[in-house]
Amino acid sequence: MPAVKFTLNGKPQSVDAVSAMPLLWVLRDTLGMTGTKFGCGMSLCGACTVHIDGQPVRSCVTPISAVAGKKITTIEGLSPDRSHPIQRAWIEEDVPQCGYCQSGQIMTAAALLSKTGNPTDADIDEAMRNNICRCGTYEEIRRAIHRAADIQRNTGGAR
Amino acid sequence: MNAALNRRSFLRTSAAAAGGLLVGFYIPERTKATAGILTDSKLNAWVHVGSDDKVTLFIHKAEMGQGTVTSLSMLLAEELECDWAKIHTEFPGVSREYGGNQGVVGSQSIRSSWTTLRQAGASAREMLIQAAAQQWGVDRSQCRAANSVVVNTATNARLSYGSLADAASKLPVPTGIALKDPSQFKIIGKPTKRLDTPSKVDGSATFGLDVRLPGMLYAVIERCPVFGGKVSSFDAAKAKAVPGVKDVVQISSGVAVVAENTWAAMEGRRKLTVQFNEGAVAAFSTPGITKAFIDAVEQGGGASMRKDGDPAAALAVAAKKLDAVYQTPYLAHAPMEPLNCTAWVKPDSCEIWASTQGQSTARNVGARKTGLPPEKVTVNTLYMGGGFGRRAREDYMGEAVEISKAIGGPVKLTWTREDDMQQDAYRPASYCKFAGGLDAEGWPSVWTTAIACTMFGGNGTAVEGIHNGPYTLPNMQVDYHNVDPGIPVSYWRSVGYSQNVFFGESFIDEMAHAGGKDPVELRRRLLAKSPRTLAALELAAEKAGWGKPLPAGHALGVSVANNIGSNTVQIAEVSVVKGKLKIHRVVCAVDCGQVVNPAGVAQQIESGITFGLSAALKGGITIKNGRVEQSNFFDYDVVRIDEMPKVEVHLVPSNAAPGGIGEAATPGIAPAVCNAIFAATGKRIRQLPVRAEDLA
Repeated sequence: MPAVKFTLNGKPQSVDAVSAMPLLWVLRDTLGMTGTKFGCGMSLCGACTVHIDGQPVRSCVTPISAVAGKKITTIEGLSPDRSHPIQRAWIEEDVPQCGYCQSGQIMTAAALLSKTGNPTDADIDEAMRNNICRCGTYEEIRRAIHRAADIQRNTGGAR
Repeated sequence: MNAALNRRSFLRTSAAAAGGLLVGFYIPERTKATAGILTDSKLNAWVHVGSDDKVTLFIHKAEMGQGTVTSLSMLLAEELECDWAKIHTEFPGVSREYGGNQGVVGSQSIRSSWTTLRQAGASAREMLIQAAAQQWGVDRSQCRAANSVVVNTATNARLSYGSLADAASKLPVPTGIALKDPSQFKIIGKPTKRLDTPSKVDGSATFGLDVRLPGMLYAVIERCPVFGGKVSSFDAAKAKAVPGVKDVVQISSGVAVVAENTWAAMEGRRKLTVQFNEGAVAAFSTPGITKAFIDAVEQGGGASMRKDGDPAAALAVAAKKLDAVYQTPYLAHAPMEPLNCTAWVKPDSCEIWASTQGQSTARNVGARKTGLPPEKVTVNTLYMGGGFGRRAREDYMGEAVEISKAIGGPVKLTWTREDDMQQDAYRPASYCKFAGGLDAEGWPSVWTTAIACTMFGGNGTAVEGIHNGPYTLPNMQVDYHNVDPGIPVSYWRSVGYSQNVFFGESFIDEMAHAGGKDPVELRRRLLAKSPRTLAALELAAEKAGWGKPLPAGHALGVSVANNIGSNTVQIAEVSVVKGKLKIHRVVCAVDCGQVVNPAGVAQQIESGITFGLSAALKGGITIKNGRVEQSNFFDYDVVRIDEMPKVEVHLVPSNAAPGGIGEAATPGIAPAVCNAIFAATGKRIRQLPVRAEDLA
């Protein structure tokens, strides 16, 4: 088991793990970072979404060997104080219900916002349609993404 | 130092000793709270005030998204007169003080807590006021409480709740305190943001699956794919050779693979060889089950659930008759957080950490599986990533206890999504045959129903929404046939209403059209003696613009539901273009009595509609040779953001006793949409989910 080195939320990280072990379980079980959620294990629900080099990626199907040398951001590292425009908007719109899918929703939305500063409803549908919420927070998610775009514009561009 | 603090230090020390590999040990919230509370003041089972002014409200229910932490806090804070911005909430353990059966089922939290929790808040407030009065040597009537401070109205002196807490806790608990009149409410009835939101946007909220204990191992279970089947033999050699696998143990439901992490346990399970004795259910598949339902109904008879007038005679003389058969499938609950439970069985104790709808159930199953008395079983309540009825069952918690007992240490059991979908206890499939008759003027005069469905929780759950539906006709009959092929069934958000409101509201729509009546006008007439439901109907019709011109190709459908003590009327606006259904908007009028948190009610209505819409448009569990054919979200799909209509919620103002809300809107969406599809296309949907060929 060679050590895999990568950057996790801005800090160097080294992990000894079976190379096929998905990043999700390394984060949750090995590193104790449980903000990233297990939902389906097949890249179908989006609950496990993290950023790898800025791109939204499903950690449940990403082997740890594939992240060597990469920069990973999880929900815990999105901001130190819930200050990311998406988190602020999520709080202002009171989006979560059970909250379990929200880490993945937020990471997917944050990736959308970094790429598309003023997303249309169609952009939101396209980016978010593979993130499942069983509670039905979709309309709040849509409103919060629009609000986050406003926050981002008013606070000086993309982060 | 008390035990709780010892334990906390132990957890911290263990984390340090592990050399930084294991970070972020889960320290149970209960432990953190208890550590402070033991030196501070407990005013009653729900209210603790710390000498630092921290008010801790103990939420004896559980949170699965329905907003209970927030709404129950509102009930307590309304009478406690504490500073809302400074309250803190915790989930306590199982205790008699919280009633005989602690849990969250049947949309009961507000209804069962409405008076109790306001009284608990009031009683704590009176103790704090009394303590201040004694300190000042004045009469209680000279004191007033607001924002966590008691004020001496004569001198304007002030004492904080924190400074009074110790003295207050030594006073006798007052009873029979008059509660506020609704006109005096400062918190109840005001849209209030959820208390749990901040922790749910940064990953810090602790769900059941996020529990971590020192030395904890991780388990998954291979179970018989056929319901009721048993392990006959297994070979664990290859599984044990998988790196990280620690043990393989047989428990009552299957073979558990125990490992250093969840992934290793899953890999071990893949290498496991298990022979099962599949049992009798292997003979059943969906076509045969459906046939058994049809045969039962066609045979006639059954349990009589309602009979008014003389239905047979009324049908014989009806000016117009119509018949229809409706069907709905088994449904999985599929909460986003797969089932899981952490347990730690020791010789003289058992501790359970669970995202569960049944804390008492957890304690009982812990006691039963270990042989310990219930008071030796501690239950830690974690946030649930959805429940929808599934988490009211004990199976997954009992499994974790069995594994911990077998390995002699703490273990977290995780169900995969496939386990979750294939080992569920499902919303039962149902088959419903109607006959209706209209009088010479086209109004319904008789309505008979025969339902075949698998019973659980009594015959009533199979026919609820039909035998106690919103309408009264002079001649009505409801018969029920229990057909049980051995597929496990249980409570699923809104239970029998989830299918029966689709049946009943679709068929009443059929009767309206058959008699040439407007569907709202017909319901208005049948609801003449139900003023609250009628008011909701009028509000929905007004807000939806019923009877007003619509965009070309658009049509409206209406449904009425009376469940969990609340009334909802939904009107869906749809279009069907080239066989493709689009739901443009849903208007929902709701009378749930006194509203505690209007923002929470709106969330739950939208939530219930989303859940019901997945069932109407997507969901269906089918059985082949006793096994579930679906396994994950690719073949058990749910509604996505781009399919979700705009939902408008309108509340009927009411001071009536609160109704439930979590399950209120789930039943009505399928019939509202299907009635709108009929209005748009002339195609009547009598089977869910709606299929493409039904619209072509």
